Amino acid sequence: MYTFDYQRPATLADAVKLHGASDEASFLAGGQTLIPTLKQRLRHASVVIDLGAIADLKGISVSGNTVTVGATTCHADVAASADIKRAIPALAALASGIGDPQVRNCGTIGGSIANNDPAADYPAAVVGLGATVHTSKRTITADDFFTGMFETALEPGELVTKVSFPVPRRAAYMKFPNPASRYAIVGVMVADTSMGIRVAVTGAGPCVFRIPGMEQALTKSFVPSAIKGIAVPPGDLNGDIHATPEYRAHLIGVMAERAVAMIG
Amino acid sequence: MVKIVLKVNGAERTAEVEPRTLLVEVLREKLGLTGTHVGCDTSQCGACTVHLDGRSIKACTFLAVQADGRNVTTIEGVAKPDGTLHPMQAAFREHHGLQCGFCTPGMVMSALAMVERHKGKPLDETTIRHELEGNLCRCTGYHGIVKAIAAGAAAMTGGG
Ligand SMILES: Cc1cc2nc3c(=O)[nH]c(=O)nc-3n(C[C@H](O)[C@H](O)[C@H](O)COP(=O)(O)OP(=O)(O)OC[C@H]3O[C@@H](n4cnc5c(N)ncnc54)[C@H](O)[C@@H]3O)c2cc1C
Ligand code: FES
Ligand code: FES
Repeated sequence: MYTFDYQRPATLADAVKLHGASDEASFLAGGQTLIPTLKQRLRHASVVIDLGAIADLKGISVSGNTVTVGATTCHADVAASADIKRAIPALAALASGIGDPQVRNCGTIGGSIANNDPAADYPAAVVGLGATVHTSKRTITADDFFTGMFETALEPGELVTKVSFPVPRRAAYMKFPNPASRYAIVGVMVADTSMGIRVAVTGAGPCVFRIPGMEQALTKSFVPSAIKGIAVPPGDLNGDIHATPEYRAHLIGVMAERAVAMIG
Repeated sequence: MVKIVLKVNGAERTAEVEPRTLLVEVLREKLGLTGTHVGCDTSQCGACTVHLDGRSIKACTFLAVQADGRNVTTIEGVAKPDGTLHPMQAAFREHHGLQCGFCTPGMVMSALAMVERHKGKPLDETTIRHELEGNLCRCTGYHGIVKAIAAGAAAMTGGG
């Protein structure tokens, strides 16, 4: 690792101010992506701003039809939350399948969506459930938040503070994990929400995306057979040593059907 | 350099570290606690697993400064001070839960965390294997480890 300064502010305002005062500042949440990247010298930070002491950023609350998860809430806490298991079991299940126990004890929802790894699980939940991302400056809808591979609508120094999920009528997440890392080779969230049926895919393309054709078909008939044969062209999908674009395209259909079957 | 205070295995320890110093480096190189191993140094293998405020983490993927003021338990804090093995350690010996032993400190720390997390609920083979996703072993094929954890968990909860 290159050297860096370290700050652990107690308030959101201080965190934002510290970021603004430096050219190459990095927020640190769970560190499960940032620390490996710093170790490999893929990234340099003049100052690392640890969000761990900012109490307002952590925690889970459910009020009415909304589940709100603070940015620095770790995956293990989402997975174990009795409130989330009751309100959105698919979200708790998704969190319980991220990485491994040690990663889940550190990694956070804010870090995961800010990083927007193409194979990360949370983007499928945020887009599939039609969540809203709250930042230090504004609110951003899920459909506008994820803009490309490792790219989001966040501006430099803009901090994710929390994510609010409207409680769906029903939802399920199915993932075909990389057997080593557990990252999604393909992961599909299917949700029946007040905004309509939503189908969001992670792992397959450069960035999470929805499949309008499947959403329309499921609106007419919410059964697995309704989406049989609705194909995503492999031309836009990722290919690597784990899976070809064609195989990923196939897996999208399989995972989506399984998610519908699990709900139905 | 930054001065940090850690509560390690119940005792307060201070160390001078750089912000970029990893928790595992402090434990091994500054505090002489070499039971915590570095296998991959890339967040994959779990040999460096310790408990931070009671939860398992990979000490190669955690800055020492992040642990300032917090409780750290390493493998050295698991046996009784007189050397009597913890029931989980005894189970690893009894059930061939190790061969070369390199992964063992991390395995035992993960095993203790999983018993804690599933308090009151049975630890069946499927659960144990799922919970071990963050720990790699190049020797045993895992079978002895899984058996050892089941036996250690039972011994800890008085079930046998
Ligand atoms: C072995 C291993 C396996 C994994 N498996 C999976 C998996 O199966 N599925 C999966 O989805 N993920 C997986 N992950 C990733 C992990 O779950 C974390 O979600 C991810 O590392 C990012 O979260 P973090 O809290 O660790 O963020 P950090 O590493 O601390 O930060 C990541 C980036 O986000 C920025 N950031 C952090 N918090 C905020 C914020 N609140 N506002 C703005 N920017 C912010 C940081 O500056 C940094 O650029 C794995 C990681 C490891 C090491
Ligand atoms: S040395 Fe930390 S995970 Fe391998
Ligand atoms: S016993 Fe050798 S690595 Fe596990």
